[in-house]
Amino acid sequence: MNVTVRKFDAVIVGAGGAGLRAAIQLSEAGLKTAVLTKVFPTRSHTVAAQGGVAASLGNSEEDHWHWHMYDTVKGSDWLGDQDAIEFMCRKANECVIELEHYGMPFDRLDNGRIYQRPFGGHMSNFGEKPVRRSCAAADRTGHAMLHAMYQRNVKANTQFFVEWMALDLIRDAEGEVLGVTAMEMETGEIYAFHAKATIFATGGSGRIYYSSTNAFINTGDGVGMAARAGSPLEDMEFWQFHPTGVAGAGVLITEGVRGEGGILRNSQGERFMERYAPNAKDLASRDVVSRAMVTEINEGRGCGPNKDYVLLDITHLPPETIMKRLPGIHEIAVQFAGVDALKEPIPVVPTCHYQMGGIPTNYHGQVVVPGKRTQNEIVPGFYAAGECACASVHGANRLGTNSLLDLLVFGKSAGETAVEELKKTPKAHKELPADAFERTLERLNRLETQKGGANVHETRLAMQRTMQKHAGVFRFNDLLKEGVQKILDVQKDVQQTEIKDKSKVFNTARLEALELDNLIEVAVATMVSAEARKESRGAHVRDDAPDTPERPNGRDDANWLKHTLWYKENNRLEYKSVTLRPLTVETIALKKRAY
Amino acid sequence: MDEQRRVRTERLRWHSRRALLENDLVLQRFWQKQTEALDDATAGMLERLLEMEDHDLWELLSGRQDAGDPALQSMVALLRQPAG
Repeated sequence: MNVTVRKFDAVIVGAGGAGLRAAIQLSEAGLKTAVLTKVFPTRSHTVAAQGGVAASLGNSEEDHWHWHMYDTVKGSDWLGDQDAIEFMCRKANECVIELEHYGMPFDRLDNGRIYQRPFGGHMSNFGEKPVRRSCAAADRTGHAMLHAMYQRNVKANTQFFVEWMALDLIRDAEGEVLGVTAMEMETGEIYAFHAKATIFATGGSGRIYYSSTNAFINTGDGVGMAARAGSPLEDMEFWQFHPTGVAGAGVLITEGVRGEGGILRNSQGERFMERYAPNAKDLASRDVVSRAMVTEINEGRGCGPNKDYVLLDITHLPPETIMKRLPGIHEIAVQFAGVDALKEPIPVVPTCHYQMGGIPTNYHGQVVVPGKRTQNEIVPGFYAAGECACASVHGANRLGTNSLLDLLVFGKSAGETAVEELKKTPKAHKELPADAFERTLERLNRLETQKGGANVHETRLAMQRTMQKHAGVFRFNDLLKEGVQKILDVQKDVQQTEIKDKSKVFNTARLEALELDNLIEVAVATMVSAEARKESRGAHVRDDAPDTPERPNGRDDANWLKHTLWYKENNRLEYKSVTLRPLTVETIALKKRAY
Repeated sequence: MDEQRRVRTERLRWHSRRALLENDLVLQRFWQKQTEALDDATAGMLERLLEMEDHDLWELLSGRQDAGDPALQSMVALLRQPAG
């Protein structure tokens, strides 16, 4: 197979918020920049972000980046690196104002300043009371952000390669990253993008779960490529879940449904929340509701042929209340659960939403790995930003509106650092190693010639069901142990997937098989990392880590205040310490995370 | 001609990968029922829909808005048909 080589100063994989923000930095510095993307940039999943972007502008009331930092550290359950968190919160205002100058149509106050609204977990004066910190553009913040940044890139002559799928990272013997291989979907041809800087901004990998709010494109391509190239993955056991997604579909049912009187029921029709939260019942907090739902399912009281969901019942509410107060829910139930919610309950299940872990980076956006001298040695030429990266600002749990901030700040930071590094290094591209395309060609050849192999759709489903059951929102020691074995079995099938359609042009079957190669790396990393972490922290909640005075909420700081690093080779785990020292202020000291 | 139709169909299949899960799911349901290459009229209507921004597309697919063009609206109606 022929591989055509194209040279750029920088190649960015992914054209969501982080990729577009990084590209602006590089192109405006006059560097020849390529952005590869599976879908048109404004079809990236950043579009789905509605809540806004956090910045302590203080337009409506007093606010301070230090308070935002405190909230983020607390939200992370102290697993976030405090240097990166300080960096992000201090940079927030600058990044939001820049976006405004790019033409982002933020909602405004009468005085013309950006309007800000409150959001869960964001407080003033170190956790005292809620503060208005989120900047939004109606309910289309992510969408407006992408448009503003895409236009800016067009003006700066960024070269977009739309409907191209990056396949593998190119590294030489010294470990330096020299670009990626990629497939042009329209022709099926393979190219190499030879670059002095390679930036991954491929978003999340939520499709590893059976029930996920993530769009189908979120297949962890950057994370998978990094793992195959020998990079560790950090804190992959931490995934944020939402309690009520439509079972089998993942579309969210807003918490407002329970607010209006919706009731959760098990297979016996029992209102089970009365047992778990006698006072709040169905209105208990997200984590309590999610745990109760999973316990019901695990104890055999789930519904449906596989007993793997519970029911959200609103049939007792007056139809006019449903249609007036919960517009959209009726349609979602019809479309995605095939039920008329006025007459039948809606099947729901805790649903994966956001990936806190990823490719380890420092706050400059450079990918870092443990080395001989330090635990954070820079991988030359390699950068990552946004949901695929782990800076780590979200630690064990992300605060709402910090995801858009993460991609702006670290997209910019990765771009800025790459520009600085390219100024320092000689102008010529480092030579590609002889085996630069080997991994890619082997994968493609294997897929092309596989006989009697596994079906891609069925294998992906097996992975998703395994992840949902064994490493879901509430985790059990025996299920995790079994889960490790099961996911390794699924991995064997992934290594021998077979496609019937061998055509070249827009071959979705081939693309899905290649995506599954990435998803499985994320799934295995998640399961192995989760099984090993014997405490509860943030979004990683174990049944066997109870809340005690020494271990608040099951969190075991004496043994587990550390980042997980998973390596593909032999599923090896290493740990590295959390950076507790911020850049300029005092450490935010450990305490119980309570709201 | 057949090859042209096949390629146009495959391109549209990929363009049905969207920014929002809701749109992905509705379009997936359509493709699961579609075993042959699309005829030109259907392909043309689908192209028009897939050129839309995702939030606007969901407004149509969720029935909150009408496409304003009877032919296009009939394509929306086809996509909105629940499974089964």
